[in-house]
Amino acid sequence: MDFIPHTEEDKREMLEEIGVSSIDELFSDIPDEVQVQGDIIGKDGKTEQELKQDVNKLARENVKPGDRVSLIGAGLYHHFIPSVVSHVTGRSEFYTAYTPYQAEISQGTLGWMFEFQTAISELMGMEIANASMYDGGSSAAEAVLMAQEYLDRRPIVVADNINPYYRDVIDTYLPDPDDEIIELSSKNGRINRDHLEQIINDNDDLAGLVVQTPNYFGIVEDLAGLKEALDDAFLIVSANPISLGLLQPPGEFGADIVVGEGQPLGNSVYFGGPLLGLFATKSDYLRYLPGRVSGKTVDDEGREGFVMALQTREQHIRRERATSNICTNQALNALAATVYLSSLGPDGLTALARINWDRAQYLADKLCRIEGVDLTWDQPFFNEFVLTVDADPELIWEKMKEEGIDLLHPKHLKRLGLDENLMIAVTEKVDKEDMDRFAELLEEEM
Amino acid sequence: METIFDKSKSGRRSTYLNEDDLTSKKPSDELDGDLLRGEKPGLPEISQPELMRHFVELSKKNYGVDDGLYPLGSCTMKHNPKPNEDLAATEEFQDHHPLASPDLVQGNLRLMYELGELLKGVSGMDGITLQPSAGAHGELTGMLMIRKYHEVRDELERRTEILLPDSSHGTNPASAAVAGFDAVEIKSNDEGTVDIEGLKEATSEKTAGIMLTVPNTLGIFEKDILEVAEIVHDAGGLCYFDGANLNAFLGRVRPGDLGMDITHFNLHKTFSTPHGGGGPGAGPVGVKEKLLPYLPIPVVEKTGDGYSFDYDRPKSIGKVNSFPGAFGVLVKAYSYILSLGDEGLKRVSDNAVLNANYLKEKLKDPYKLDYEGVCKHEFVLNGSGMGEGIKTLDIAKRLLDYGYHPPTVYFPLIVKEALMIEPTETETKENLDEFTETMLKIAAEAMEDPELLHEAPTETPVGRLDETQAARNPVLRWTESE
Repeated sequence: MDFIPHTEEDKREMLEEIGVSSIDELFSDIPDEVQVQGDIIGKDGKTEQELKQDVNKLARENVKPGDRVSLIGAGLYHHFIPSVVSHVTGRSEFYTAYTPYQAEISQGTLGWMFEFQTAISELMGMEIANASMYDGGSSAAEAVLMAQEYLDRRPIVVADNINPYYRDVIDTYLPDPDDEIIELSSKNGRINRDHLEQIINDNDDLAGLVVQTPNYFGIVEDLAGLKEALDDAFLIVSANPISLGLLQPPGEFGADIVVGEGQPLGNSVYFGGPLLGLFATKSDYLRYLPGRVSGKTVDDEGREGFVMALQTREQHIRRERATSNICTNQALNALAATVYLSSLGPDGLTALARINWDRAQYLADKLCRIEGVDLTWDQPFFNEFVLTVDADPELIWEKMKEEGIDLLHPKHLKRLGLDENLMIAVTEKVDKEDMDRFAELLEEEM
Repeated sequence: METIFDKSKSGRRSTYLNEDDLTSKKPSDELDGDLLRGEKPGLPEISQPELMRHFVELSKKNYGVDDGLYPLGSCTMKHNPKPNEDLAATEEFQDHHPLASPDLVQGNLRLMYELGELLKGVSGMDGITLQPSAGAHGELTGMLMIRKYHEVRDELERRTEILLPDSSHGTNPASAAVAGFDAVEIKSNDEGTVDIEGLKEATSEKTAGIMLTVPNTLGIFEKDILEVAEIVHDAGGLCYFDGANLNAFLGRVRPGDLGMDITHFNLHKTFSTPHGGGGPGAGPVGVKEKLLPYLPIPVVEKTGDGYSFDYDRPKSIGKVNSFPGAFGVLVKAYSYILSLGDEGLKRVSDNAVLNANYLKEKLKDPYKLDYEGVCKHEFVLNGSGMGEGIKTLDIAKRLLDYGYHPPTVYFPLIVKEALMIEPTETETKENLDEFTETMLKIAAEAMEDPELLHEAPTETPVGRLDETQAARNPVLRWTESE
């Protein structure tokens, strides 16, 4: 199956117009010795029906996710997605459009981008937001680069309890991570304030601090006083957007940049992508902002409209002096987030955050009543928490898998020095029955 | 224009949730007061019907490939096949967590592995990473691998320069810079290809590599590419092939056979996945054997037990994304390649090149062509001298009035008043003929009634927007006072 409309007659007429006798002639500028002889993938084409049979068969080599209970979070969360989201993102005027270079016929994209920027700014408690980055990890990395560039300083403090995958991406993006990153330790599950004070005292040229709330282990960090301690160095906070229905937004604590993974806002976990990087900051830093932004202006008759604003920061204008190399971003995922947040509204998001919090509390309380199971840290958490178990966590993981309950594999925690632990994420998609069954099964294992 | 915030009214809502009292605890029992949100976030409050109407109204102010011809050069705006959209939306693909046990997601892993194999075949490369999110992200990944390659050889300190033809995409120099390299520009010759003498002069012991776009942004095949590769390799550098224009020669030429060491693929261009109004895309990267150890982690591998993620790669550059890739996009590209097969892939490029050359012949008079000869998938017209005070921008804006998305304008920089046109293989001869008529009509208008062009567009929801004001006085979010 292909999507090429030409009939033999069309081709003949077109070749004649060009003045060549065959399509091969159009490739005569390519030296013969480098032209491919024969097949490159060794496949015949498929009809739509064959394709669907084959690819659906492949899909069924996965277990059916609806038959199982997933308690895996670690930065991506299974949330309920209302139907309006796919009905909007499925409009082909949205999904088959390119980047809105021609503003006059892209007011749809530029319009929702403006709304997205507003919603994210509101959620984060910040002045401005861009129209998206690739994911939570690359957003965090770009935030570090921006702080370094703005302040013209290198050393950056990174809390050891941020998502380890974000840390991996930061390490990849920095030319010399071993020299540039100062790791901030944690104490009882939260960042170690004494250690931070010491780092600040020992370094007078810090570019900033990266913290996450809720942190990787689900614990709500106390952001109070951090900006004051950092002075002009950047406070960079990575936040779970759903939690901000309940938690004070980082902007209220003086954050300079707030980033985060926007997947929970109306996007499927999709086996890890496409995701949605959130990026919000203060107006003062606008000229240093990476990525695209939609801005409001007027046309020649004074009618309001939107354009891609401040393009002089961007790579297609400034080339090697651009604030970032990002071009294609995660537009359709950002549209999904815009629809999702509009659909919930302030009351809906607040309720959703509360449901997530409630369920996590319920399950944690229930599990902690089991002999040999305890919360690893006695700290407030949002929708994810870490348990210390008096049994082999890998055996528990295996047993639960057989029972249709998916947990984060303990090896992901072992890497972080947590050898006897489990990390459990709960959202509104996990109901009481599932939680009770999990608790019963865990009790049997202890 | 009314935003969704303007339409908001307190108390309205589109989605309701089941609230239950599973715990007697209150957040305020557990959290200090100042950690709890004081004011609810200022999100819109709107009913479901009004929400749908709002976004449908917005969608009508947009233009996508499903609306008509989209000859945006270097963007490969081809048809986005609908079966692929449906396939990617299946629950089994959408709802698995990337950290789920591999034995539960063998289908996903096999798809990723097989897509990697298919892309190896397409490119002639030896290994693939599917992780990068976009073309520019792929470029950055490639640059970081070049860094690592030189670092392992203890040559990074002196190899600080990436060579870039002046016709390269803007992301190329930016990606080189983000990876810590200095961008060194090489001029094009009269034929629009890399000037070999200039390249020789620019190449030195400082050369880390070269980034080449082939066909280049003029749509011209880099005929001396083997010599270019030899010069750079002899100096100890590596060759990066920007694959954004791969639609020009699928099944005809492979970067891996041209002496290239690294290439990226834009799945959202060549392999038909939709652009989504600016993303998401996917920018897998292919490498030759000598760079395999540096690929980002994880790499999907096939063993006797099935498919799994391999993280044990000590020389890897690390991760460029938190998770292994834009899987939803990968499903669509995989489905596309399987639909086409070998013959179909070749037909794609054959017809993309046929369409570009046909349109070039039709338009080269009265529009001007600075570089003669056959083009590949796209070509660049010089829009200068079309009429009193007429600029390329005026031509582009007039095209909007006739219901077309204009070509890429003012790029590449080496052509005056450039109009960069890429029709793609999915357009009919009739569409190209109608577009030609419109372009000729606009050329006539430019001579006879230039005001029509200066004032264009007049048929769109808004007219020409004041970008200077948007830059000087940026309004980037809605506020109540407006």
